[in-house]
Amino acid sequence: MKYIDEFRNPEGVKRLLRLIHGRSQRPVRLMEFCGGHTHAILRFGLRQLLPPTVQLLSGPGCPVCVTASSDLDRAIAMAHLPGVILTTFGDLVRVPGSAGSLQTAKAQGADVRIVYSCLDALAIARAHPNRQVVFLGIGFETTAPTVAATILQAKADGVANFSVLSLHKLTPAAAKAILDAGEVHLSGIIGPGHVTTAIGSRAWDFLPRDYGIPCAIAGFEPLDILQAIYSLVDMIEGDAQAVSNAYTRSVRPEGNHVAQQMIQRVFAVAAAEWRGLGDLPDSGLSVRTEYAPFDAIYRFPVQVGPSQEPKGCRCGEVLRGIAEPSQCRLFAQGCSPEHPVGPCMVSSEGACAAYLQYGEV
Amino acid sequence: MFEDIVLLAHGSGGKLTRALIHEVFAKHLANPLLSKCDDAAVWAALPSGARLALTTDSYVVQPIFFPGGDIGKLSICGTVNDLAMVGARPLYLTAAFILEEGLPLADLERIVVSMASTACEAQVEVVAGDTKVVDNGAADQIFISTAGVGVVPAGIHISGDNAQPGDVILLSGPIGMHGLAVMCQREGLHFSFPLESDCAPLNGLVEAMLRSDSRIHCLRDPTRGGLATTLNELAVQSGVGFEIDEESIPVPHSVQAACELLGLDPLYAANEGKLVAIVPPHAQESILAAMRSHPYGQGAAVIGCVTSSHPGRVVLRTKLGSSRLLDMLSGAQLPRIC
Repeated sequence: MKYIDEFRNPEGVKRLLRLIHGRSQRPVRLMEFCGGHTHAILRFGLRQLLPPTVQLLSGPGCPVCVTASSDLDRAIAMAHLPGVILTTFGDLVRVPGSAGSLQTAKAQGADVRIVYSCLDALAIARAHPNRQVVFLGIGFETTAPTVAATILQAKADGVANFSVLSLHKLTPAAAKAILDAGEVHLSGIIGPGHVTTAIGSRAWDFLPRDYGIPCAIAGFEPLDILQAIYSLVDMIEGDAQAVSNAYTRSVRPEGNHVAQQMIQRVFAVAAAEWRGLGDLPDSGLSVRTEYAPFDAIYRFPVQVGPSQEPKGCRCGEVLRGIAEPSQCRLFAQGCSPEHPVGPCMVSSEGACAAYLQYGEV
Repeated sequence: MFEDIVLLAHGSGGKLTRALIHEVFAKHLANPLLSKCDDAAVWAALPSGARLALTTDSYVVQPIFFPGGDIGKLSICGTVNDLAMVGARPLYLTAAFILEEGLPLADLERIVVSMASTACEAQVEVVAGDTKVVDNGAADQIFISTAGVGVVPAGIHISGDNAQPGDVILLSGPIGMHGLAVMCQREGLHFSFPLESDCAPLNGLVEAMLRSDSRIHCLRDPTRGGLATTLNELAVQSGVGFEIDEESIPVPHSVQAACELLGLDPLYAANEGKLVAIVPPHAQESILAAMRSHPYGQGAAVIGCVTSSHPGRVVLRTKLGSSRLLDMLSGAQLPRIC
């Protein structure tokens, strides 16, 4: 299939692997920021093909995983309000909050519906004018523009029973938080391909400039990822730090202006709570006051108690790159995709779920 | 005399029930046993020594009509195929219908006609049935349960616990078509290429395989959960390991493309007209040839082998030369968010 087969070509993979094996001398620790990368790396078995000098760590780039318990508790409280239909992406319904999940809320009678896109939620609102439809907006700079577009559409069409609980997060802020914490020493970062398509590769210039480490933006096919790894190894061996783009068919230095403008029109940068990273300033997106009627926080000011993290769960450390999923004593022992304790075991982009599903042999 | 939608009265047991039976079910599914209208079907005793196979399944698919099939065709194929997977020759089926008040009678008739033609192809008869009508909203249009009975010929011993180290794993054709066809129809996704369910009765294919060599160890149709889940079930049941070659698994371009777009994996997508066969190595050639000469096995391929190492686990050798676990489906397949 065009644009897929070329980037899974076994000959190309072998060629890149030869280059990486030939160039890599120093031990390097690279973080793949994005959960999609973790998933692809394990699905294609790439780790076992790399030289022992190259260590890959999973990062915080899984939107479901970084959603804080307190935010989930708020969503569950909204789902229980009379007349509310809570719409969400599928993964999120199974993530345990402080007490129960959206899935258990649904079983208790809340109207929780899985949608494929925010526009589906708007369609539900149109079809049920007497109900209040709340869309649980999670995701990074990739998802936020589509949610912004839906809010603009709802405003233009005068759909009065639609709102968004915006839990959107900004990725560069998370990368900074991990590096500032200094818990893990990183030699380089494999940059998120889809996010960077939206925000542009320049958004990562702070990595070489402020932290002295290189970044290579990668797509999600084996050749994309290996090309990014080669680029990082090559820069590190040459003592060069820059942002390189190994996903040129999608990513531009300036990013996607339309997407950026859409975000800026509807959302304002705000502090956000991240699971594992805590409260980070300027790391989230809240709905601007001029669109307040479409802001679920404004429309349904529910109160939730202090949130609790699941006991023994090390998702927070996995998201910060300081623990591998298998180092958690719950991994595959009481925490599995069927009975997840933490969010990293729920999402298809979560590191724990990927490690368990594709466990190397 | 007929309203054009199903009414609660159609399930009351009175005149409308009789009319529905005569003008829809008996009309299309007629056979001597069904037409007797007794409370149970009675047939002649089987030859002594014959073993019976019995199975049942329920069908709640949405949408009820999809490219390549409908809930009626599925309800016959599913039960026929379950019988075929133990090497049984399907004989008789029962069908129970839960109808939602308001279902257009034309839709019901279309479904029953489809059941009749599929039963005819599979050479089985529907010999008993039941109809219930529930309030609007208490069911989703139509649910069908079918049960089936079949005869296992002497000398055939097919079971999921029979896989032996050294055996060869065969797949009857390209995967993922039913799952993706139904999902795309349900979600209103349209592609420029055809994407049709592979829904088909496989008893003819199994008979052809058994005629070529009766020493088939395991058969299973990879329905819900897809090929990956079926392989895991068989590996666990037999207490052996499987080694699967990713390159050899046929995936149609249409399925691959739809999966890429939706963020799904064809290895976990449902099939309704495919089977996995595990056979001893010396039977491989003749059984593969028999599969390929049957319309429902033309795309048959050897996809792997059985090993005594890593019992209960399926290992996938990727196209890139690496190896990884091929696990069962956990929960539902969901598209990625970013």
